[in-house]
Amino acid sequence: MSAQPLHFVSPAQFRGRVSEALADDGLRDNFRSAMHFLRDKRASQFPDPVETEALRDLGEAVRKHALAHLPALLEKLEANLQARGVEVHWADTPDEACAIIHRIATEAGARRVIKGKSMVSEEVELNHYLEARGVECLESDMGEYIVQLAGERPSHIVMPAIHKTKQDIARLFEQKIPGVGYTEDVDALIHTGRQVLRERFMQADIGISGVNFAIAETGTLWLVENEGNGRLSTTVPDIHIAMMGIEKVVDTLEHALPLASLLPRSATGQAATTYFNLISGPRRPGDQDGPRRMHLVLLDNGRSQAYADAQLRATLQCIRCGACMNHCPVYARVGGHAYGTTYPGPIGQILSPHLLGLEASRDLPTASSLCGACAEVCPVRIPIPSLLMRLRTEANRAPGAAVAQPLAGQGASFSLGQKLVWRFWSGIYASPGRYRLLRWAATRLRRLAPRSQMGWTQHRTPLVPAARSLHDLMKARARGRPGV
Amino acid sequence: MHAVRPPRPDQVYLFGTCLIDLFVPEAGLDAVRLLEREGLTVHYPPAQSCCGQPAFTSGNPDEARRVAAAQIALFDQPWPIVVPSGSCAGMMRHHWPTLFDDDPALQARARDVAGRVHELAGFLVEVLAVDYSAAGGEPVTVGLHTSCSARREMGTRVHGVQLLSALPGVTLDTHASESECCGFGGVFSLKHADISGAIVRDKVASLSAVCDRFVTADCGCMLNITHAAEHQGRPLRGEHIATFLRRRLEGAA
Repeated sequence: MSAQPLHFVSPAQFRGRVSEALADDGLRDNFRSAMHFLRDKRASQFPDPVETEALRDLGEAVRKHALAHLPALLEKLEANLQARGVEVHWADTPDEACAIIHRIATEAGARRVIKGKSMVSEEVELNHYLEARGVECLESDMGEYIVQLAGERPSHIVMPAIHKTKQDIARLFEQKIPGVGYTEDVDALIHTGRQVLRERFMQADIGISGVNFAIAETGTLWLVENEGNGRLSTTVPDIHIAMMGIEKVVDTLEHALPLASLLPRSATGQAATTYFNLISGPRRPGDQDGPRRMHLVLLDNGRSQAYADAQLRATLQCIRCGACMNHCPVYARVGGHAYGTTYPGPIGQILSPHLLGLEASRDLPTASSLCGACAEVCPVRIPIPSLLMRLRTEANRAPGAAVAQPLAGQGASFSLGQKLVWRFWSGIYASPGRYRLLRWAATRLRRLAPRSQMGWTQHRTPLVPAARSLHDLMKARARGRPGV
Repeated sequence: MHAVRPPRPDQVYLFGTCLIDLFVPEAGLDAVRLLEREGLTVHYPPAQSCCGQPAFTSGNPDEARRVAAAQIALFDQPWPIVVPSGSCAGMMRHHWPTLFDDDPALQARARDVAGRVHELAGFLVEVLAVDYSAAGGEPVTVGLHTSCSARREMGTRVHGVQLLSALPGVTLDTHASESECCGFGGVFSLKHADISGAIVRDKVASLSAVCDRFVTADCGCMLNITHAAEHQGRPLRGEHIATFLRRRLEGAA
């Protein structure tokens, strides 16, 4: 898990990065312990299975309801925000989203941006875009700040710097922050970071934040956080720009409540986060503080492709808690950077194909044992294994095949050779006669079983068929010779 | 768990699964013996092969459908279908009906068959309410590994624990991260061999820390863990739960 370039990596690099991540045993053990710690913390917040399942049902229902009425709710959200003086912008692509924000900054003559945590801003690579145009962006979430200081990308959607040890951070601060010495004292490290950030909040022209739930009925943006940086980013600078994917809307305040309970418990194992910010527009006459202008940027970036498909739409139920990655045996072994996507882990594996196309992300849907740990903890019951299988099917589809809702990059994994192997396989297993022949050959010629069996024998001894198949044994039994 | 125990049948089908058929046939035979011990007649349709799971999970539903359709035709009597593998049972119970969305007639048959599918351990506990208190053998400590799909789709872990803890002289040891995947995942173990290898390495380590022998109701996991342990030169070996139970009932093992 070395330093990341700013841009997404290619599928070829996915495998390379996996090998790199797996080669470092010490790091792997540390990281896996961190995941186990997070699993235990989450479990401690859900002691009662009946209550848990009822709440998950509610969370799922709320999200499904929102998606079933998505266009209408987005229009309602826009109208209610506008009535409160919020300027609403729509972006189809990452470039459009960045350009909108750059235009706002230019018009205001803004040079300095302070950012609360926003995965959508990571998705559109906003920092990179603005820095290249002379606008300075500083991450104010401690994890994001660390990752930015190190020139990396987040490796987890809730804990961006989870891949770093305190020694890594001590060295980083010593190198990058003038006048700071090496210390492994976590409180001292956090104090250092906070001091740097505190000054910058006061200097910033624009504060940028994400959104956890956007409530259509009231025109409210709900933001959860633990550090207070989200509140500062959204209240101190003169301009606040919030960013969200179009799926984050919910119908009513009441609908947001179960999600607000599920999110911190699933994400960090907290009953509630330290801050709940409910933001309903810029400063009004008579207000003592708050931004003078407020904007919301709504991003599509492939989400409408998932929305258009009845099964894949469930991808958009996600509330970005990260529990799926904490519980994933693959994520726990390879870490977030290996995926090369903004959203790593199981949710990233089902979301990224819509954001980036299946061509660029074709190795992701297959990188799962389909163990189901993700779906078991998902607070809104996204059937992640089924969606992974569906994406595998779409990736395998013949590129030209006519389907009602083609996915970008459909057929990216199609190979005539593989298709023929599966045809051949099904031809054997669907035919009793051919399968009998296979059994006969496998058991009689078992000594000829190859010593090298593709990926299997990289980590295991070879498989050798038995001398007699179960079919043979049952046949012998039926003939009254059960002893054989 | 069922609130009311289903009626006790006197005849059942056995679906042996492709892995047991070719690699661990004695587990299939032991499943038959366990069922016969309870006074059941076991029917083994000789035209059976595979539930189609490898094609299904790797994104080849057409091929899975073709293989599943050939199996569905084999179970025309209204008897329960016992499967000595949780993941295959899960495939048959939960996924076979979804394969035939475009063919209502076949889907109705798939549903009928799916509704009669039982994983072996669950069948012994829930339907037959077996009594193994007379089993014997030397005192032994074993670990239990439950396949993820068996655990999540068929409740197999609970049944495995119930069966093993009822055996006199058998101590069941819980290993660290017991609920975590062994890394098999069918084609995943070939396609992403390094990730799969890292996961099974950790599983071998946590099982080895508590036992030399583990019992499982899934041959995929069993072969994965045992062959990985062998590759590492570790003594850890797996045994199918049917074989372990049969041997304890004979006073051996």
